[in-house]
Amino acid sequence: MAALTLYDKLWRNHLVEQRDDGSALIYIDRHLIHEVTSPQAFEGLRLAGRQPWRRDANLAVPDHNVPTESAERAGGVAGILDPISRLQVQTLDDNCLAFDITEIQINDRRQGIVHVVGPEQGATLPGMTVVCGDSHTSTHGAFGALAHGIGTSEVEHVLATQCLVQKKMKNMLVRVDGQLQPGVTAKDVALAIIGEIGTAGGTGYAIEFGGDVVRDMSMEGRMTLCNMSIEAGARMGMVAVDQATIDYVKDRPGAPRGELWDAAVSAWADLHSDPDAVFDREVVLRGADIQPQVTWGTSPEMVLPIDGVLPDPESQDTASRRAAVQRALEYMGLTPGMRIRDIRPDRVFIGSCTNSRIEDLRAAAKVVRGRKVAASVKQALVVPGSGLVKAQAEAEGLDRIFIEAGMEWREPGCSMCLAMNADKLGAGEHCASTSNRNFEGRQGMGGRTHLVSPAMAAAAAVAGHFVDVRRLEEELA
Amino acid sequence: MKAFTVLDGLAAPMDRANVDTDLIIPKQFLKSIKRSGFGPNLFDELRYLDEGQPGQDCSQRPLNPDFPLNQDRYRGASVLLARENFGCGSSREHAPWALEDYGFRCIIAPSFADIFYNNCFKNGILPVVLSEAAVEQLFRELYATEGYQLQVDLPAQTVTTPAGEAFTFEVDAFRKHCLLNGLDDIGVTLESAETIRGFEARWQQQAPWLFGAGNRGH
Repeated sequence: MAALTLYDKLWRNHLVEQRDDGSALIYIDRHLIHEVTSPQAFEGLRLAGRQPWRRDANLAVPDHNVPTESAERAGGVAGILDPISRLQVQTLDDNCLAFDITEIQINDRRQGIVHVVGPEQGATLPGMTVVCGDSHTSTHGAFGALAHGIGTSEVEHVLATQCLVQKKMKNMLVRVDGQLQPGVTAKDVALAIIGEIGTAGGTGYAIEFGGDVVRDMSMEGRMTLCNMSIEAGARMGMVAVDQATIDYVKDRPGAPRGELWDAAVSAWADLHSDPDAVFDREVVLRGADIQPQVTWGTSPEMVLPIDGVLPDPESQDTASRRAAVQRALEYMGLTPGMRIRDIRPDRVFIGSCTNSRIEDLRAAAKVVRGRKVAASVKQALVVPGSGLVKAQAEAEGLDRIFIEAGMEWREPGCSMCLAMNADKLGAGEHCASTSNRNFEGRQGMGGRTHLVSPAMAAAAAVAGHFVDVRRLEEELA
Repeated sequence: MKAFTVLDGLAAPMDRANVDTDLIIPKQFLKSIKRSGFGPNLFDELRYLDEGQPGQDCSQRPLNPDFPLNQDRYRGASVLLARENFGCGSSREHAPWALEDYGFRCIIAPSFADIFYNNCFKNGILPVVLSEAAVEQLFRELYATEGYQLQVDLPAQTVTTPAGEAFTFEVDAFRKHCLLNGLDDIGVTLESAETIRGFEARWQQQAPWLFGAGNRGH
């Protein structure tokens, strides 16, 4: 039998019907639902008189619109001040009730960002197909799952048929060899990869991340890496199953138990690319070369190492690139030749489906412990990815460290990653953000986002400008 | 879904690379639970000088005169000419909903982001990939010619300029079939319901841990 990639195997296992025209029907094991991209899908079911194909395959949780201020949050759905947000969250509750779909509601302690909750609850398992009306569904690929974002029409399609019409993607291997330097994290690896292949470099591909650096990463790190696949243009990114995967999944509420667990673990042993599998494209990075990264522009590919200097539009090789760099510099209010370390954030955001897990909060807390947020920083938000992450962080005393440093400790949700709730940037404000997109207006109209790791965001918060977290001690001296 | 066959339409330019879905329809409008009415907020941050709010009457808002869609020569455009990686970022289908609601039925670019490309077909919009050189030529002609009309012929898979020059494009057979006939693809998939049930039964035997209450996340 021909050697297969991990993606080939996941595809093969879920292939319901191959059609002559090249399209295929793929079976979906897990469908995650949130409030923003689902109301029109449920409405579609209602209008067509259809019912969900398999209710137990679905799990819903509100995250995008939920307030993160404790006082507002305490009132539950009825307490959401913005009436349009409130209606959207209420609509999710109503739809889940009407269609008998399991929902973790706004003030359930398991609530959180859908891509944090899925793995945490064991709703994401190795070997699954996982979809959600959200492009960062690629996160779940960290478990050796075939996971990607879909639009609302496809949300409806999955609800109604448990399948999607798909065309097979090409295979790309991104291998990160060797070891990372201390202080360099999965987020820096993700940004370095995007800097290397560009924001459309993965278009048309399913990416598998491999190499020693990825093997050595925690599951949290792998989730961060797979999460950002879409920022490299790939709908899905994945990592082969190994002991770290199995250890993470074991005893999660949705994980199989007893004999079923043993059978599952034995089936999961196949969830890796065969040694002689052929990829359509391979990209290799040396882990030791990767420095802490900071984006300076309005696309995640506009990224530099912390000691970098902003580019000059004139030195770009194509007209399109010159225009893009020029426009990005203007939007960001930055000038060619300026050093990354001289950019001063007005706000700091630690959170999002990219970087709001316990390991992320520990990394940030380690940096701010015993220090104070710089006076020039107006606000530093820490938004845990779920109620369980929040509880864990509080049990470890991380909340006290953040609060004593002058940061705000919030309730879980998507928050300032996309500013659908009250947490947003003002026009012209720079933000050191652990989220995933630095698009124009993403965090608030006119807002200027710099994507960084949690440790780098924390370092910028205390230094008042971007700084190499590995040299923070001497910088502050 | 509206069927798409042959479109003769005025073309308008969106002359920048990597147009993301946040730019196509900013997040505050995603709070709507409807699927229509997004047209007035298409490209909101580029189109208006103030910050838009959901439910606002956009006819009273200050327009950005430099934005092409605000210029008379592009009024009524139904073909959007764009640059590489159009529609990148979020999976929000509100982006094609906004484009369609505004009146665009076809977008021509050298490349599209995967999810956006897919979402277009579900909403009666034809995304057409032409070469960089072809797109560059169309941009040149469009800027030089007021009232620049393109003919987009889905059955023939061609884009024809006013001078009669035709560019051919590729499109998947299934997507073409659905778009030509305005088909709801849930209906098409449900024709395979027996096959899906058969697969499901086999898969449940093979991977029983993926089924049932034990896997409901709590």
